[in-house]
Amino acid sequence: MPAIETFALEKQYKVGFWKKRPRQALEPLTLSVEEGEVFGYLGPNGAGKTTTLKLLMRLIFPSGGSGRILGKDLGDGSLKQQIGFLPEQPYFYDHLTARELLDYYAELSGVEAKERTHRVEAVLARVGLPDSANLQLRKFSKGMLQRVGIAQAIIHNPKLIFLDEPMSGLDPIGRREVRDLIQSLKEEGKTIFFSTHILSDAETLCDRVGVINKGKLRGIGVLADLAREVSGKVEILWEGAGARAGIEALGGRAQVSSGTSRVVLPEEKLNAAIDAIRAGNGKIVSISPVRVTLEEFFMEKLNSEGAEMEQEVAR
Amino acid sequence: MQRNRVTFVASAVLVVGTALSIVTLHKIDEVREGSALREVLWIPSAQTVKRMSLGYDGLLADIYWTRAVQYFGGHHHAHSTDYQLLKPLLETTTTLDPHLIPAYEFGSIFLAQNPPEGAGDPTAAADLVKKGIRENPEAWRLWYHLGFIQWQELRNPSLASQSFLEGSKVPGALPWMRVMAAALAQNAGNAETARYLWMNIYQSTEDKMIRENALKRLAALKSDEVVQKLQNLIDQYQQQQGHYPSSFQELISVGWIRRVPLDPLGYPYQIQNGRVVVARPAELPFITKGLPEGSQASNMPRNPSN
Amino acid sequence: MRNRIRAIAFNTFREAVRDRVLYNLVVFALLIVGSSLIFGQISIGVERLVLVNLGMTAISLFGIVIAIFIGIGLVSKEIEKKTLYTVLARPVHRWEFIVGKFGGLVGTLTVNAGFMAIGFFAALLYLTHRFEPADGYLLVALYFIVLEFVLITALALLFSTFSTPLMSAVFAFSLFVIGTFAEDLRGFASMSTGVTKIAMETVSRLVPNFAAFNVISQVAHSQAVPGRLIFYNTIYAIVYAAVCLAASVLIFERRDLK
Repeated sequence: MPAIETFALEKQYKVGFWKKRPRQALEPLTLSVEEGEVFGYLGPNGAGKTTTLKLLMRLIFPSGGSGRILGKDLGDGSLKQQIGFLPEQPYFYDHLTARELLDYYAELSGVEAKERTHRVEAVLARVGLPDSANLQLRKFSKGMLQRVGIAQAIIHNPKLIFLDEPMSGLDPIGRREVRDLIQSLKEEGKTIFFSTHILSDAETLCDRVGVINKGKLRGIGVLADLAREVSGKVEILWEGAGARAGIEALGGRAQVSSGTSRVVLPEEKLNAAIDAIRAGNGKIVSISPVRVTLEEFFMEKLNSEGAEMEQEVAR
Repeated sequence: MQRNRVTFVASAVLVVGTALSIVTLHKIDEVREGSALREVLWIPSAQTVKRMSLGYDGLLADIYWTRAVQYFGGHHHAHSTDYQLLKPLLETTTTLDPHLIPAYEFGSIFLAQNPPEGAGDPTAAADLVKKGIRENPEAWRLWYHLGFIQWQELRNPSLASQSFLEGSKVPGALPWMRVMAAALAQNAGNAETARYLWMNIYQSTEDKMIRENALKRLAALKSDEVVQKLQNLIDQYQQQQGHYPSSFQELISVGWIRRVPLDPLGYPYQIQNGRVVVARPAELPFITKGLPEGSQASNMPRNPSN
Repeated sequence: MRNRIRAIAFNTFREAVRDRVLYNLVVFALLIVGSSLIFGQISIGVERLVLVNLGMTAISLFGIVIAIFIGIGLVSKEIEKKTLYTVLARPVHRWEFIVGKFGGLVGTLTVNAGFMAIGFFAALLYLTHRFEPADGYLLVALYFIVLEFVLITALALLFSTFSTPLMSAVFAFSLFVIGTFAEDLRGFASMSTGVTKIAMETVSRLVPNFAAFNVISQVAHSQAVPGRLIFYNTIYAIVYAAVCLAASVLIFERRDLK
């Protein structure tokens, strides 16, 4: 059963003070996400990512279309028990401590009293906040708030987790930790749907990605398939200045940084390049095929106005 | 769906609740009747109210003025004889806004007249008007109201004449103020004078209650006049025939009058024991003649003093 | 269901209590109660009068300010700051949220009023050295003040569901002022005619009837408050608050939380 399905789900706002003009925040969206998948929802700021999430979380109501989560209609009350949500740039009750907040949220999610204390401690440890448990939230840094956000999204052990820009505001260490956390949640069999505009995060985590721009879904791709595509080029890294002339003779332009040289050449020239480097007493560091990056996929989908979309029909 | 049930319950509460709140409101108003007004008795002084009004005295004056009019109207409608709050209400109003001329005019009539047509305190009425004159020296009409009280209720024509004279000196005063001064000096107690004054009041005010009152006064004056004439006729009849007629039909049959005379309410005058009486004296306040035996004019002034 | 409402109410209470602003206002109110003891000494024989008048008016006004202040935080601020999203993402019905919030705030205000009442009666005891039976009416006046809080909170909550924090405060306070003159409005309505009359009659019956809750000058003069008034005022407050809550729920259930 698909974890998430939408059928032409759309949202239109009426803006303007006197004459209300319609603004299409989300064009009819049809996609599906399987259970156990990690789905990355990519797009620039203002593309409609948050709108989609809010529609799924029933914070706003669709102008058209419908959706199902875990087989139940979006409006179904019993749904919320099984999903967790982290909004963008979360903000919580200033005067509660982290522990109190999580306990409160766990109670609202129906976690039994006996269970709660144990779960709160566990989840605090998991997001790396055991020492700050008794600090009032108004004293938390942005990164800490983000972690509390994730904590409250998972404390009731939901099957499906929605994250809106989960890495925002985190330093590289924090981002690494969140990535690891998402990975471990995936290993627990949970489905994760997260939106971001940072491609590298999606690259390392996602099974599939969807690209959205200006309210419209531009394309969906399976990351593994993308990774397998080879563009027919190779990248060579070597040390030693001597070989540069020989490489340039082959038509490649070498880039040097701190002693290491780099060049990208068509595949057929690989053997000639290796010879050139060895002839120049260079030491080869690495040879790797250049893959289609997510970035290229992303930029291509972003710019395809009216191009045929690869839509995955609901299975 | 849950949402529909919630909508239904909430809408039901909304509708039923609104109706219920209005009904309860009605009950509260009943219990509270006059509470807001009675509070005016506990204000240590009108000056205190002015200070507490934080500069919004104009607005507050309007509120007290509205309360005063409503208080009087409500009690009058219920034929009450208790108007004890009228004076403090008008006091407070005019302290908050000393230039609210209609308040002085209202007070000059309805504080002065006897219950149930007023509070029956002409001295207080005079004091109020004098305050109005102090605060508004250019308002010559207030001298008129003062003179009126002094003549009508306090029965002091010489004082009244002086008031009219003072008023006539104010720039902009109409010439008849001087005429009235002279007339009062000469001819106090004259029904013509009274009619003239009440006509004037009727024409010069926009206040509905004051106009109605003036009409009643004029009607009473007319009735008194007619009663007097009729009384003279039946006295004559008695002298000629040796007994009083039992009804006006007899006067018609001897050709002295053409038809049965009607009072301002439209009812025929009657003759009882040789006196002309009105059919329904209760509905004709302010008459001084034609009252059934044993009853007193409802509006004789109680303290004919300064 | 009931547990969730209780949890939301308690959380609202906790959040409000820890907010320093609350303390400042309560302290300020108590200062005024205390200072009225000084003012009273200015003229003989009216110390109790001044204490009751000034003290209770301070409690009433500051309480209304507090009620509006926190009341607008109920929904408007939560939407602005997005604390609401994570709550509603949970199995919480939107109407439970409204009811829970309201309960929490009424609880907060009652506790506030309690503190201010203690301060007030302490000042009274200091002044008169013993309580008299007539002082019982002071409790009635205080009870009515709490009812006022309940009403204004319900209104602040209602406005919160569809307007910004600032506008909610403005609307709520405006209705408080208008409601204070509700009886005069009805008087005005009975004296007017035509379209004005119809409009005034309707409006004067729909605005919250704050006028009837103010019995301060009565009890200052040791006048009794009729039992029937206590009964009807209670019903009115409950019904009117329920209407506001119902309207809030209707609006909130449908609202896009941008």
